[in-house]
Amino acid sequence: MATVALKGITKNFGPAPVLNGIDLDIAEGEFLTLVGASGCGKSTLIRIIAGLEPQSAGSVMVNGAPIDHLRPHERRVAMVFQSYALYPHMTVAGNIGLPLTMQHLSLWERLPLIKLLSPRRRRVMAEIGAEVRAVASQLQIEALLGRRPAALSGGQRQRVALGRAMVRHPDVFLMDEPLSNLDAKLRVHMRTELAELHARLKTTFIYVTHDQVEAMTMSDRVAMMDAGHILQLGKPAELYARPANVRVAQFIGSPAINLLPARIGEDGAPEVLGCRLPMATGLPAGSSATVGIRPEAIAPADAGKPEAGQVSLPAVLRRAENLGAEFILHFDVAGLGDQPVLCRVPADHEHGTHGRTDLVFDAAQAHVFDAEGNRVEPSGLAQRASGKPVRLYLTGGTER
Amino acid sequence: MSTLSLARAPAGRRAFGGRQALIEKLTGIGFATPAIILLLLIDLVPLGVLGVLSFTDYELGGTDAKYVGLANFSKAMADPVFRRSMWNTLLYVAIVLPGSVGLGLLVAILVHGRKRTRSFYEMVYFLPVTATLIAMATVWQFLLHPKLGPVNAFLRLIGAGEYAFLSEPSLALPTLAVIGMWQLIGFNMVLFLAGLSSIPKDLYEAAEIDGCANGIDRFLTITWPLLGPMTMFVIVTTSITAFKIFDTVAVMTRGGPMGSSEVLLYAIYLEGFQYFHTAYAAALTVIFLAFILAFAVIQAFVLDRRVHY
Repeated sequence: MATVALKGITKNFGPAPVLNGIDLDIAEGEFLTLVGASGCGKSTLIRIIAGLEPQSAGSVMVNGAPIDHLRPHERRVAMVFQSYALYPHMTVAGNIGLPLTMQHLSLWERLPLIKLLSPRRRRVMAEIGAEVRAVASQLQIEALLGRRPAALSGGQRQRVALGRAMVRHPDVFLMDEPLSNLDAKLRVHMRTELAELHARLKTTFIYVTHDQVEAMTMSDRVAMMDAGHILQLGKPAELYARPANVRVAQFIGSPAINLLPARIGEDGAPEVLGCRLPMATGLPAGSSATVGIRPEAIAPADAGKPEAGQVSLPAVLRRAENLGAEFILHFDVAGLGDQPVLCRVPADHEHGTHGRTDLVFDAAQAHVFDAEGNRVEPSGLAQRASGKPVRLYLTGGTER
Repeated sequence: MSTLSLARAPAGRRAFGGRQALIEKLTGIGFATPAIILLLLIDLVPLGVLGVLSFTDYELGGTDAKYVGLANFSKAMADPVFRRSMWNTLLYVAIVLPGSVGLGLLVAILVHGRKRTRSFYEMVYFLPVTATLIAMATVWQFLLHPKLGPVNAFLRLIGAGEYAFLSEPSLALPTLAVIGMWQLIGFNMVLFLAGLSSIPKDLYEAAEIDGCANGIDRFLTITWPLLGPMTMFVIVTTSITAFKIFDTVAVMTRGGPMGSSEVLLYAIYLEGFQYFHTAYAAALTVIFLAFILAFAVIQAFVLDRRVHY
């Protein structure tokens, strides 16, 4: 149990900075996920915390004390690698027990043959064996203790790697994409198991992944990284509901958010494809912006209710993906080129074959980002005044 | 396919299937024949002749030979020259084997740690392997010359005195062993480097987190066990190579001084091609082959177990 604090962690590989002054405070027992596309620096950051890589500047503190001068094994951190990094020549018991063997036996007590001279070795090894069995029973791999890693399945290897981390009772668990080598079904299962393990151990977890689903489902807080910066740090729901940056909005959520090009009108309201959103953004008139709409926040207007007098921006149904419980509808919208607008609708939705339709969304659920991609909090939403949502027809370009 | 051929008339099917099978058989034989002929001509027939000769009293150039049973072998057992050369060969192997395997591993680990200069060092250590040993032996002869050689010049400079490396009976065989090691280290290094490169970097990092704080721990926990199969392979190949020592002896010492560097192959060469005791040389060769076969069996056994993780 420990707090972890990162103070201005910077890392340069050659002239190119990989991490740009990362500041991060992780609470005791927290499950924090570093998420981002590959190359965003998340793995480098976790390796710096582990001590496998020296930082160029900044400091890593555990429980308020800097650990920068400590070697990896002195840091009381345990790491689970993407490849699991199990020792192929050792049995499962040997793998899990190695951290304890290194800790409790001196070098000469581990040397071949000479180790037999140690009077206390047998007793220590018995204690280690008991500890290993205890950990193995927690992970339900007791039956595998005599096997070598080559004789294990991916999920079993994953558990052994976890066991090797748990046996040391570390202050901090570091996990570098631990699930990415598993097949999809097992990954879903291990997600639950990891979350339960965290709930049971109550140790600080720092988890690296490029999979936003893992980040959303397991974490207390998520730090979304991009190009060596933390774009947003917050609870998973916050990142989803109020993305601070267009890249966060793009990364979190599946299917991905619809991003529509917009221009700020004279009154500061964004105009999307010729359609004005009733809100004030405070952005200078004439500047460009981006409006993001989650696929579940936008839907085809009910058929049979064409609005008279609308300027028609035709949306044409290109494809309907059946996911069982729901459909993902792909629409072509004029002015967006090849980029489709995605709608998530319930499975009983009648999208039928009506090729042309109007797409409608609630302006209050639109995310507005300025030209730099930063979130803009709109004000003066008409919805608040009237008390009912203003619906907006993308196809029509006028309010209803 | 099967239903189709079942429907055919039996005679037609046999003709069709028979021709197809015949063509395949002939093709197979055609491909294998050159290799079989070569194997017969170069290995198997001479080996058979060798075996037959070893039970006779044939001498090179003779027109007839008499069956003498195991006389050649019992003569060998009593022959002081053969016994000495056998002992010298084993001694040579006993020096070269640990030396070239241990140093090869050490050099490989050091070279593996280099980044920019790695290929340079690889080349430097591998050069002796590519050189012709006969030519290199002449170079070594000059280097070690008591009066003209730079080695002795250096020893004189540091006041260590002067050594007749190749003509002093107690030094001749160890000197040859050092030259043998010099030649083998590069080859063993390359094998060990291949083994080292195949060890995932993750394992070292995991070991570092798990408490392997220094090089000795890392070596004992990761490097040595994971190099185990490669090490066994290197030991067996090195043993066989060392056992076959001939060139340096033939060029540099000719078995001397006073038989102190007589080795098996050189003794066989002398008996067979200098004294023309062909049958006796054949018997010695059979004994030599028995040793090589023992090494080869160990190798096959070890290689079989190589995939134990």
